[in-house]
Amino acid sequence: MRRAVLTTVSTSTLILLLLTLKPHHSAGPADGTARSGVAPAATSAGTPRRGSGPANGTYTGAPIDTRYGTVQVEAIVRAGRLTAVKVLRSPSENGHDREIASYALPRLTQEALNVQSAHIDAVSGASYTSAGYVRSLQSALDRAGV
Amino acid sequence: MSGPFRAHWTEPVSERGRGLRHVEHAMGTVFSFDIRDTPTAAIESALRDAVAWLHHVDRVFSTFRPDSVISRLARGETGCDDCSSEVREVLDLCTHAGRATGGWFSHKPDGTLDPSGLVKGWAVERAWQILRQAGAHNICVNGGGDLQLSGESAPGVPWSIGIAHPQRPGELCTIVTGHDLAIATSGTAERGTHILDPYTGAPADGPASITVVGHRLTMTDAYATAAFAMGGRVRNWLEHLDGYEGFAVLRDGRSWRTRGFPSTESRRAG
Repeated sequence: MRRAVLTTVSTSTLILLLLTLKPHHSAGPADGTARSGVAPAATSAGTPRRGSGPANGTYTGAPIDTRYGTVQVEAIVRAGRLTAVKVLRSPSENGHDREIASYALPRLTQEALNVQSAHIDAVSGASYTSAGYVRSLQSALDRAGV
Repeated sequence: MSGPFRAHWTEPVSERGRGLRHVEHAMGTVFSFDIRDTPTAAIESALRDAVAWLHHVDRVFSTFRPDSVISRLARGETGCDDCSSEVREVLDLCTHAGRATGGWFSHKPDGTLDPSGLVKGWAVERAWQILRQAGAHNICVNGGGDLQLSGESAPGVPWSIGIAHPQRPGELCTIVTGHDLAIATSGTAERGTHILDPYTGAPADGPASITVVGHRLTMTDAYATAAFAMGGRVRNWLEHLDGYEGFAVLRDGRSWRTRGFPSTESRRAG
């Protein structure tokens, strides 16, 4: 199953960063399962843009179910660069989930934006994966074609 | 769940005109493959094998799966004699890591068999080997923040890897550059301490994070886990550990690095 190309180095670096965050201790092997029956390519329903100049606009990511709840983000792209990430849905089943989400999602967003310009290939670090965030953002960026 | 090849993307990196990237969700974390060689059929095939390998490792070694070999071993339902060679290899490597760290690495940290502190690094290193054997040279395999690298990121340009600051979100505390490296970072996650002192069973009270750099990720990852558990002893231990270098961020924000640590100066991302 193929998904849209990430055509810019900055965005690739961003995704690498997001994907390098470590799992928290209790993460199981099936964390971040896609909404049942919806394959990733189908969730990013927009036509991917390739080589057609910088993308502009707001792109909504697919809602991704994790064991802690649903995560959905929106990517705001200007001149082919990610400029903001808005969290549309985050886990809120109980106080602990809310606490994790309130800490982790802004952190992921800040890291995503900051590291775009750091000119690094990848990141090593002891954070935890928010796989739902990553995949929802991935699908938003697929739609943006950045 | 629709099998091991769900939820991934693999694409040529068109901007560079070469390379292949792939992201895979496995073992409770996310693995990324960043191959900067011109893709060949052999490399693409090896990438599929490497991805399948990660899911295989998860099935065999996961402590979250009641039916994994490790879970059955932990419950005493099967013995080491009945295990596959790869399980014995991992347990032997754990024993080796325990000896090499003076007991600070343990695959029974709270009395229950749990080789997780070594398995991910071992799986990444093996995945990297699969790609190498297919003819790829310029490779970065990242398993949840622990990396095995070889070659270079672009002709004449070494890999450049940021080390995430454990206390300041979005900042890097240093950048490691090099050609053939394994990099592993251990530290306290947002949910609190996740490494146990094997001697007391209590959460380790070490630096905020420890990064260990070596050549191969299996032992580098195990040493990073052990180094974090060592607390104040770690600097002297790393300084005398042949073939490895270390970098630590302390809880008060200060940092130190061993003499040979391959980093550029600290800097802020963005």
